[in-house]
Amino acid sequence: MEDKILKIENFYAGYGSLEVLKNINIEIEKNKITAFMGPSGCGKTTLIRCINRMHELNKEAYHKGEIYLEGESIFKMEPVILRKKVGMVFQKPNPFPHLTIYENVLAGYIINGIKLKKEERDRIVEENLKKVALWNEVKDKLYSRGTHLSGGQQQRLCIARTLALNPEILLLDEPTSSLDPKSTVEIERLLEKLKENVTVIIVTHNISQASRIANYVAFIYLGELIEYGKAEKIFTSPENKITEEYLSGKFG
Amino acid sequence: MKILKDRLFKFMVIFFALLILLPLFSIIFMIFKNGFSVINLEFLTTLPKPPGETGGGVLNGIVGTLLLVFFASLIAIPLGLIAGIFLYEYREKKIGEVLTTFVDISQGIPSIVVGIISYLWIVKRMGHFSLISGSFALSLIFLPIVAKSTKETLKMIPVYIIEASLSLGVSYPRTILKVVLPSSIGGILSGILLGISRISGETAPLLFTAFGNPFLNFNILKPVSSLPHLIFVYAISPYDNWRKYAWGCSLILVIFVSLMSFLNKLLLKKWKIKF
Repeated sequence: MEDKILKIENFYAGYGSLEVLKNINIEIEKNKITAFMGPSGCGKTTLIRCINRMHELNKEAYHKGEIYLEGESIFKMEPVILRKKVGMVFQKPNPFPHLTIYENVLAGYIINGIKLKKEERDRIVEENLKKVALWNEVKDKLYSRGTHLSGGQQQRLCIARTLALNPEILLLDEPTSSLDPKSTVEIERLLEKLKENVTVIIVTHNISQASRIANYVAFIYLGELIEYGKAEKIFTSPENKITEEYLSGKFG
Repeated sequence: MKILKDRLFKFMVIFFALLILLPLFSIIFMIFKNGFSVINLEFLTTLPKPPGETGGGVLNGIVGTLLLVFFASLIAIPLGLIAGIFLYEYREKKIGEVLTTFVDISQGIPSIVVGIISYLWIVKRMGHFSLISGSFALSLIFLPIVAKSTKETLKMIPVYIIEASLSLGVSYPRTILKVVLPSSIGGILSGILLGISRISGETAPLLFTAFGNPFLNFNILKPVSSLPHLIFVYAISPYDNWRKYAWGCSLILVIFVSLMSFLNKLLLKKWKIKF
């Protein structure tokens, strides 16, 4: 019996007159890596931005349908509370330029004005930097700016910053698309380790990346969920012809 | 032929660049030549003496200018910051565009007009000239500078920094205060220093407001002297040593403004934020 942490039901979303997502129905397994895969512009980014309600920041944005986080509708929650439970890592590493590495890990606490004791701060920083395998690289320069790190290190710092808030779900929007192959591998390894404690949803247009790390794969095409299931199943014997064509590189 | 054209062009560029710099350097040279010999400890630390007597200084003007600028900053910086954030927030709405236009226009209002307005609003009601009315006049010039530079700096903060903060469950207002504003600190400070340089040299608005005072004054309700005002009074006076003092005051002002722009460079370097 597997746990479903997130349910998306009859979900539509878009901007103005542009309908990006059409009737999405999907249930996300807890403590697994689910990959949203599909060609550019298929709506996968819009979909994960709906899960932490970042989508509605766009003035033109609309949505219809329901998303439940552990049975509770996210549209009835305060976005501020939802976003602590559902963390997000972006395509481009975006550490806070005015904060140090140390402060960047604690950003969710510092910026929200949550006071912590020194020992607790130190513990959170060390723990989360270790989780993302960055501790050894930065432990001697915790007080220099986060933006002085390399792209891959910055992205791991951003993951640490998100994990520091103990989210239930970690959303990643093509987190490795601006990184070199070595950093990409590091992040992928990291995600496999992280899924013990957190549910990972990753958007990628990279088929081999999805096949390397995902337990479940959702193939989205032109705003519709074409196929969803265990990764082995999708990659070895897809049921849908479009999925098969996409996987064989006929388009995308 | 082509090489000749290139050389000619290069020559023209250098020639005109020097031509433009010539008046600038001659002004600075003139001020140093005439002002340097005037400045000494007595000039900086004593009050003016009546005409005819030798000696005396411009301490009243130095202190007056510092006080005027200080109180003007006290009014203009917080209000300018708030206005700048507002203009940034509503930049895509009609109201933001209209208000930005007004801020641009108010930057172009002649300073003497600002003086008359402050005279009508404050001096006339209070019944006498005062430091605070002078600071108010200067703050009217200062405020749009701060508002505009704040808005322009905030606009340069990339959306992904704002999204990073929001995605951590930070509310929007808090994101502006704790992320966007601190990330723009360099640009905002530079706008403030620019404004200080600008108002510390203003004379016209002070004629109707701070008026001038041969004595030291720290009371915001009493008239106060200022360096630009002393330059004005001394330069048109019939006494030779007073006219020399006008040069001395000019030099102090020029040095003050240069210091501000030097500080500006230093701060920008220190606070420079790499995205």
